[in-house]
Parts: sequence; structure tokens; C-alpha cells
Amino acid sequence: MGFIRNFPLFTIIFSLFSSVLCMMLTGRRAQRYTVCYECFLIALTGAVLWYVCKTGEAFTYVMGEFPAPWGNEIRAGVLEAMLALVFLIILLCSVLGGWRFLLIDVEHSKINLYFTLINLLTAALMSLVWTNDIFTGYVFLEILTLTSCGILIVREIGRTTLAAVRYMVLNLLGSGLFLLGVVLLYSLTGHLLMLPMRAAVSEIVAAPGGAVTVTFSLAILTIGLGIKSGLFPFHFWMPDTYGTATPTSAAILSALVSKAYIFLLFKIYWRVIGIEVFETLPIRRILFGLGILGMVFGSVSAIRADSIHKMVAFSSAAQIGYIYMGLGMGGPLGYVTAIFQILAHAVTKSLLFLTTPRLARVSGDSLLFQNLQGSGLRDKSAGIFFTLCAFSMVGIPVFAGFSAKLFFAVAAVETGDLGILFPTMLALAVSSVLNALYFIRTVIRIYTAGRGGADIYAPRIYAAEHNDDDTPDSFPETETLSGRLSYWIPALALTGMNLFLGLFSWVALDFIRRGLAMFA
Amino acid sequence: MKTVSALLANYEETAAIILFVIGLSMLLFHGNLIKKLIGMNIMDTGSFLFLASMGYIEGRKAPILVDGVQSAEAYINPVPAGLVLTGIVVSVSVTAVMLSLSIRLYRRYHTLNVDEFYLLSRHQLEDR
Repeated sequence: MGFIRNFPLFTIIFSLFSSVLCMMLTGRRAQRYTVCYECFLIALTGAVLWYVCKTGEAFTYVMGEFPAPWGNEIRAGVLEAMLALVFLIILLCSVLGGWRFLLIDVEHSKINLYFTLINLLTAALMSLVWTNDIFTGYVFLEILTLTSCGILIVREIGRTTLAAVRYMVLNLLGSGLFLLGVVLLYSLTGHLLMLPMRAAVSEIVAAPGGAVTVTFSLAILTIGLGIKSGLFPFHFWMPDTYGTATPTSAAILSALVSKAYIFLLFKIYWRVIGIEVFETLPIRRILFGLGILGMVFGSVSAIRADSIHKMVAFSSAAQIGYIYMGLGMGGPLGYVTAIFQILAHAVTKSLLFLTTPRLARVSGDSLLFQNLQGSGLRDKSAGIFFTLCAFSMVGIPVFAGFSAKLFFAVAAVETGDLGILFPTMLALAVSSVLNALYFIRTVIRIYTAGRGGADIYAPRIYAAEHNDDDTPDSFPETETLSGRLSYWIPALALTGMNLFLGLFSWVALDFIRRGLAMFA
Repeated sequence: MKTVSALLANYEETAAIILFVIGLSMLLFHGNLIKKLIGMNIMDTGSFLFLASMGYIEGRKAPILVDGVQSAEAYINPVPAGLVLTGIVVSVSVTAVMLSLSIRLYRRYHTLNVDEFYLLSRHQLEDR
């Protein structure tokens, strides 16, 4: 039983090892290995979740047996274990669901290297979720940045490289600010482990003038992570990045990478600053305002987008606005709902990014709206899953998106602060209407009969599917069973999770509440 | 006057922050990709200088026990130096990745100016 306490560390170490192993395998084997390995990780994380639920308290794994305040720690509670579990399941689904497009987008001799990156990314994600040391957070933050840039540029078209450069420049800016924030906090507190830092911070804040220095360091940290996760007004890199990446990468970048940054920020607020201190700082109100602006402006940009990928990417900006609004709102339910929204959005957005390329595939490989007309009729399964995700995004009951919006409204009422209640209600209403406008419009378009772009000739896809150099005359209409299954299984799993979060949201809320109770 | 003397007293930290801001503005506002990278390195160096200056305490020795002196007062704090080392490794790897990206872009567009990339990429047929 006590052996389970090693599992969080295993998820990091084994991932690092796997990434080296994938370099030596061939492409197909690397994929199979990664899929099996992710299943194994899911089992490990599931065991950790079961263990912390059973014992009812979080445990700390002391690396190298140096006790706090020295050494390096990993900490596992219900919240961390649950997030790690959901992240891993989404990662597995993304790897499965985007496999066929990966064969098209990535040079065949380099596919194993793609899985090297995926395993490194897993290690970084897991470390950010488990770590209890702020500098370890910085190091794996950079590893996450590098690997996400890697999985972005594997698709060798010019625009991807440009998108990657822009993504990297902004991320480096974010990392630089984060590093400065960490250094400033370290110079103030003299610690790197989160709990000793919090003890020191509460002393500093109590001293005259102390709150200003803490606020300054925290503001720098927040701006750094805000840029990286796409907080308004730093969301403009999203459409290019998500729109040009291969579907697996787009799903991972939008559903997991940005969420890992947000969770790190959340962790810093709770465990480094302390939530009581955080609530007295002005940063909270600014985050609340920026979150609301992101919700509205993300949706407005999504309405103006001319292609489906841009629309989905801007809707990510809006959804991330919801999370920041929850963080800024405060109150017990505000934070719980912010975490719930992380889960709900990750589940929905990953499926959306796996689905839109399939709609494009039957529309002459074009993502423009006018070419997508009738694509839901040409690829029925993709049409159905897109519609389900759109319903969740708009906030139709039984889906996760609805529960998140409902809980945000209840949380705003619970705060009892009119300055929070009115903006939240207004923003929720406006954002829901705007979401409905662009998502339902797209659903209607893909189900309106018409050839759309289906007649556009797409030789790149055809040649990759048929492995021949002959120039085909028409676009392939049929798909093999294994091809369909590799999409259906992850799509069904993600939709199932979405419905679970919508129908049994109280289970998820209960888990998050228990997690937060042992998080502080 | 008080502020100036405070800044002069902590001249290492002041220099570090000035370096950081120089690097930050280069990374943000320079059009040339290589200069952006140089800016990033200057920015990181600023942070490292801040850390390194924090670790050093005048009149104390390297933290290796000599003559059985065990008091912490006798030695400097070695942790910041360790952090700087880690940070340098991170910074080097990020620079390497960014340079390889720049090479790829230069081969394609024959320029390193970020604004020109966007102008050129609009004319490419494969970019949907």
C-alpha cells in the first residue's frame, strides 16, 4: 500500500525514460508503445487517486530524503491525482484520435520523434501537476514550452514554423517573467518549497510595506503565466498556433498545456501565497476583469473568424476567460468551479480539435466555412461529435459546459458581492448568446446540403491514404474500419466524460472540494 | 535622493533589473529574430545576476567545511548558484531550439525579419 506513494514520481521518471526509448523504435511501434504506456500511467494515477481518497489526506514524497525546508518534494492529493488522471486520459484520446492525420502531416521517418516529444510532454505535465517546489515548476515549465513548440513544428508547412516562432517568442517572454517572479519571491522568502514560502509570505504581508513587494512579484508571475496560457489580452497567438498544428498537437496544446500553466498559477495562489492573503490583493479583481473581457472579446473574434479552426481557437480564449473569472471571483465555489471549468473545457476542446480536421477532410482539406457546407452529411460521425461539442460549448443542459456556467452563476451569488454578481451574470449571458451564435451557425452550416469544398482536389491527403504517386481523379469517399475506430473510440470516451461532467457534476464537484480541502 | 542612494546601495540588483528590462524590450520590439534571441538571453542573464548577487555575502567563504567551522554564519548561500546553473542550462536549450527554428525560417523565406515573414507567408499557396 505504501508503495503507491512512489507512483507520482514514477509517472515523471518513466515518461522521461519512455521518451528516450521512443527514439529507438520505429514510428508505428513508438505509437503503440506510447498508447500502452499512457494506459499504464492512467492505472498508476488511478491508484494514487484511490489511495488518497481512502486515506483522506494528501501525502508528500520527499526526494532524496532531505526534509523541508531543503530538498525537493512531490505532493499528491485528491485534486492533483484527479487532474493528472483526466490529463492523461485526454492525452491518450488525442494521440489515438489524431493518428491518421499524423501520418499525413509528419514525415514517416520522424514519427517516432513525435512520440519522443509526447512522452517528454507527459513528464512535464505530470511534474507541473505534482511538484511542490516552485523552481522545479520553472524547469518543467520550460520543458513543456519546448516540447509544445516541438509538437507544433512537426508539420512542415511555412505557416506552422511562423506560428511556432510567434508562440515561442511569447512563451519565452512568459517564462522570463515567471523566472523573475520566482527569483523575487525567493529573495523575499528564502525558500523554494511551497509551504515554507507561504509561512514566510504571511509574515512579510503582515509587516508594513510587505504587501506591495509580494503583490509586485505575484503580478510578474501572473503576467508570465497569463501570456503562456492565453489570458486576454495575450490570446492573439492562439488561432495561428492551434490552426496550423496537426490535430493531436492542437488538442494537446489547447486542452492540456494551457491548463497546466493555469493549474501552476492556481497552485502558486493557494500554496505559495496562501488563499487568505491572495484574496486581499488587488490582482484578484484584475484577473476577474480580464477573464470577463476575454470571455466577450474571444467570442467576438470567434464570430468574425473565417475558418473553423480560428473559431475554435478563439473560443478557447473565451473559455480560458471563464477559468480566470472563476479564479478572480473567489469564494469557495468560485475556485471549485474554475477547476471544474478546466476539466470541462479540456474534455470538450480536445474532441473539437480532433473533429474539425475530419470535417475539413471531406471538404477538400479546407477549413474555410464556405467549403465546409454539408460536411456533417458527408462525414456523419464527425458531424455528430462536432454538434455534441458545440452544444457543450454553448451550454445546453446535460453537457459539461452547462454545469460550468450554472456553477459560475451560483458562485457569483454566493460571494454576496454586487460588484461581482452583476458583471458575472451579464458576462455569462452575453458570452452564452455569442457562443450560441457562432457554434450553432456552424452546426447549421455543416448540416446544410451542398457540395461545399468537397469537389476541391486534395492530393496530399489522397496520396498519403493510398500510398501511391498516381494522381487520383476524385476524393476518396470511404474510410477503413480501423481508421473509423481510431476516431470513434477516443471521441466516444471524450463525449462520455463530457456527459459525466454534465450529468453527475456533483461527483466531480465533491472530488474538487475534497481536493481543495487538503490542497491548502 | 533617498531612492537614488537605495538603488546605489543595491547596485547589483539595480543592474540586474535594468538588464532584464533591456532584454525584455528587445525580445518584444525588435523585428530581427536573432536580436530577439539575444534579448531573451540578456533578459535571462538579468535574472541570473539577481540570483547570483543574492547568494554572495561579503566576507564569507564557499560552503565547504574547513577547520571544523560549522556555523552557517561563516559561509555563503550555495542554493542560488545551483539555481543559476539550472537556469543557464534551460536558457541554452531554449536558445538552441529557437536558433534551429530561425534556420528553418531563413531557408524558406530568406529573411530574419518577423514582419516580412507574415507578408511573405500570405502569398504562399499551401497556407490555407
